[in-house]
Amino acid sequence: MASDYVVLGTFVLVGVVFVMVTVTLSNLLSHQRPSFEKGRIYECGVEPIGPPWVQFRIGYYVYALLFVVFDIETVFLYPWAVVFGRMGPFILVEMAVFVGILVLGLLYAWKEGALTWR
Amino acid sequence: MSQVLAPILPVLAAIGLMLANGVVLIYMLRKVLGHLHLRLGPVHVGPKGVVQTTADVLKLLSKEDVKPNGVDRWMYVLAPVIVFVPSLMAYAALPFSETLRITRLDTGLLYTFAVLSVVPLGVIMAGWSSANKYALIGALRAAAQQVAYEVPLLLSVLPVVMIVGSMDLAEIVAFQTGVWLGVVPRWFVVLLIPSFVIFMIAALCELNQTPFDMSEAESELVSGFATEYSSMKFGLIFLSEFSNSFVISALAVTLFFGGWTLPFVPDSVLAPIAPVVFVLKTYIGIFVFMWIRGTLPRVRIDHLMNLGWKWLIPISLAWLMLVGVVVKLVAPGGVA
Repeated sequence: MASDYVVLGTFVLVGVVFVMVTVTLSNLLSHQRPSFEKGRIYECGVEPIGPPWVQFRIGYYVYALLFVVFDIETVFLYPWAVVFGRMGPFILVEMAVFVGILVLGLLYAWKEGALTWR
Repeated sequence: MSQVLAPILPVLAAIGLMLANGVVLIYMLRKVLGHLHLRLGPVHVGPKGVVQTTADVLKLLSKEDVKPNGVDRWMYVLAPVIVFVPSLMAYAALPFSETLRITRLDTGLLYTFAVLSVVPLGVIMAGWSSANKYALIGALRAAAQQVAYEVPLLLSVLPVVMIVGSMDLAEIVAFQTGVWLGVVPRWFVVLLIPSFVIFMIAALCELNQTPFDMSEAESELVSGFATEYSSMKFGLIFLSEFSNSFVISALAVTLFFGGWTLPFVPDSVLAPIAPVVFVLKTYIGIFVFMWIRGTLPRVRIDHLMNLGWKWLIPISLAWLMLVGVVVKLVAPGGVA
């Protein structure tokens, strides 16, 4: 079991090394001739106006918050699903309570207009 | 020596598989899309253009790495790593056959979803650090849609876990061997069609595939979050994107189409060809993705968000409850 996680750690290391090697190799093989004009930000040939990091609509942030809540609740459902077959029918009630709270939260967000793209 | 090599060899195998997938899938995409558009696709390099992608990879390798002015240096360089490494790690738990897999994780399913969900982080980093408005818009759209469809994707798979009682991908496949009534394969796609449909829609969205490809809508955002990337950094980002479609399709095959098994084929015949069966099934799934890509127009972003939050999540929660009740009625003491 522990060796499985050693393999996963190796995946991270070898992956990072692979990216570094290929990028370096490409830098060695290619002909680098940087110039200011070439490095200009590409906006279809038009001069970029204003700073690139513009203020963004708040809607994305609301969706991100909702996602954090729902994703974590979903992850909690996984261990429950694994033991589902081995437990008595009462596990259904437990799920109903949990999913019920989840649905209430969704309905509240819906009513407050958080799910409407403006 | 072998102590050190033992964990490295599977990783090298995974990288090889990933590169092979990238080369084959790009050629396949261009050919399939070409024929769907009544064109020929690549024809010039090699017979029927088969070495076209190999030539393209070599070309990318020898391209100048243009460093745009004013980028956020560290994030810009780090983003391809954050995109590439998780999609490489996603190969670790895939069961190619009963014996051929890199690691056997008890939590294989959750692990694969977990590493795949790191990819959007790299996408946001790439878009934000590029100092380009197209890239920024593309990255935020990608984040919003992947975030919206991650939840239905996870929920749609729960019924499978409930019935099998394990997150080990090999056990999920083993559960699906054999046939019902002598003709119907015991695949979960038969039993849990709603799960499969939700999974497919959410998977298309997770992969930024048409009809949900707003994040790199060529006609409006040039190339989305990857606009300012060139040379091998661009190559790696796209390699991982193609590789992710392989992994998602492989998951669909494992969860809903019986993985490496085939109905009516005895084990003795199946054992040597099992990995081939698995890869073939996966490629059929990818072909369906490409077919959809060549057929459907792009949806609008508010429609996309509504579909995810107001339809798929409530439907998958209701379906989850229904499956729970039915399973307890049919088999109160457990299925397996």
